[in-house]
Amino acid sequence: MVKTFGSFLLFLQSMLSRGERFKTLWNRTIDEAILIGVDSVFIVSLVSAFIGAVTCVQISYNLVNPLIPKATIGYMVREMTILELAPTITSIVLAGKVGSSIAGGLGTMRITEQIDALEVMGINSSSYLVLPRILASLLMFPLLVILAMGLSIMGGYIAGTLSGSISAQEYIEGIREDFIPYNILFALIKSLVFAFLISAISSFKGFNTRGGALEVGAASTGAVTNSIIAILIADFVLAAVLL
Amino acid sequence: MIEIHNIQKSFDGNAVLKGITCTFETGKCNLLLGGSGTGKSVLLQCIVGLMKPDLGSITFDGTVFTNNKVNIRQEIRRKIGMLFQGSALFDSMTVYENTEFPLKMLTPEMTKEERRDRVEFCLKRVGLENAGNKMPSEISGGMKKRVGIARAIAPNCTYLFCDEPNSGLDPLTSLKIDELIHEITHEYNITTAIITHDMNSVVEIGDHIIFLHKGMKLWDGDKETILNAEVPELKEFIFSSSLVRAAKRVDDEGGLQDVLDDDPVRAK
Ligand SMILES: Nc1ncnc2c1ncn2[C@@H]1O[C@H](COP(=O)(O)OP(=O)(O)O)[C@@H](O)[C@H]1O
Ligand SMILES: [Mg+2]
Repeated sequence: MVKTFGSFLLFLQSMLSRGERFKTLWNRTIDEAILIGVDSVFIVSLVSAFIGAVTCVQISYNLVNPLIPKATIGYMVREMTILELAPTITSIVLAGKVGSSIAGGLGTMRITEQIDALEVMGINSSSYLVLPRILASLLMFPLLVILAMGLSIMGGYIAGTLSGSISAQEYIEGIREDFIPYNILFALIKSLVFAFLISAISSFKGFNTRGGALEVGAASTGAVTNSIIAILIADFVLAAVLL
Repeated sequence: MIEIHNIQKSFDGNAVLKGITCTFETGKCNLLLGGSGTGKSVLLQCIVGLMKPDLGSITFDGTVFTNNKVNIRQEIRRKIGMLFQGSALFDSMTVYENTEFPLKMLTPEMTKEERRDRVEFCLKRVGLENAGNKMPSEISGGMKKRVGIARAIAPNCTYLFCDEPNSGLDPLTSLKIDELIHEITHEYNITTAIITHDMNSVVEIGDHIIFLHKGMKLWDGDKETILNAEVPELKEFIFSSSLVRAAKRVDDEGGLQDVLDDDPVRAK
């Protein structure tokens, strides 16, 4: 365990030594950002809209006390999604999608000797392959989380008004109540931390694959499980430290 | 010339290379011959720097490679081209982009036009001038090897390493790939090292042959002398090939020249 963590740190260090030219790094990062970001828009939108809708429906089901104003439903949907559901659920979804694709992609490159081919050419394979993936994740995760925040509040709005449990006016009033801008910042910090954890852990898993197709599958699974565990631990630590 | 001196390598106490000393000569196809698991790939990986030998030194035309400064090692690596056993083409790039890749990464001073000329020249040299837009998944094993060769020679390599260039290929395609490597080696005066366990390659392109057995070098020589070598392990290796046995039988009966006269491959 300690040994694995040590080699993980060495792996991150090797990525920063002897890098490629800036132009190469930039182009590779943009390529990866398209793969990681654009291709995840659909699943992130779908998941966050439904999470918002379900949160709204469940809160209104639980709020039966006539003394509590209906606007509270909107307020609670906003608080829950911005602080926890949008960044964390989005990251867990992305751990499955992005993490497995990073680990699978790098694992395949390892067992088919493509990484060796880069090394023989004198290219630092980890700075060429891994750094752009981490930078692209750091760039795209916050954007996806902002999208998720907006869509889950929208999902709550649609579910609430269609089911008749809250009027449009009350919902809007609720989501504007006692708004704390710091919560958005907190969520974005969380998304950056999760982005780093997912991309770095998955790259490490993929990069160190040895063997054949079976091991590539195992590396993908390992990347997803380890990323999710890391997300949950980091989520707790960040909440304790920053809130 | 590449000089290899007393290379030793073990994994977890299991000695794979037990002190190998040999040379790879310039402008020749140097064959590393030996059965599976004798450490041929490990030796090659030590030479190109993918693995660090436990002991010993490797010298490229007088410049020491092992344990030298990073920039000197880097300088030597830029002169190395390698054809991997599974070709190791980048599967997200086309054939053209694969060949262009080392030029893009290693020679930023080249203009786009110069790169295009060089890539077109290399692809033409390996007979793939019309396959530039294909993806690696769309081409056959033999074509992949050709792209691998084009990519290796694109930056004007001085040293070419091939790990089992004809594994997984039919005999005729193997022969074509062997001939291509042989021609390129002589044409550009490259120091070429080829791993093989194929007797066909030995008799076809074995300018200099090094026989490895259980991590040791037991014999070296050329294709003219190998059939008369007096090393029991090598004899066993050579005559495990039925074709060699058959050829010897025909030769003993004095008919080998008749057989060779009917050779349709040579006739072409
Ligand atoms: N990275 C490694 N770790 C441990 N053992 C290895 C490694 N690479 C090769 N070996 C062992 O070294 C021996 C020689 O392997 P190799 O050089 O691939 O043989 P071949 O001559 O067929 O190319 C094998 O027994 C193999 O198990
Ligand atoms: Mg091998």
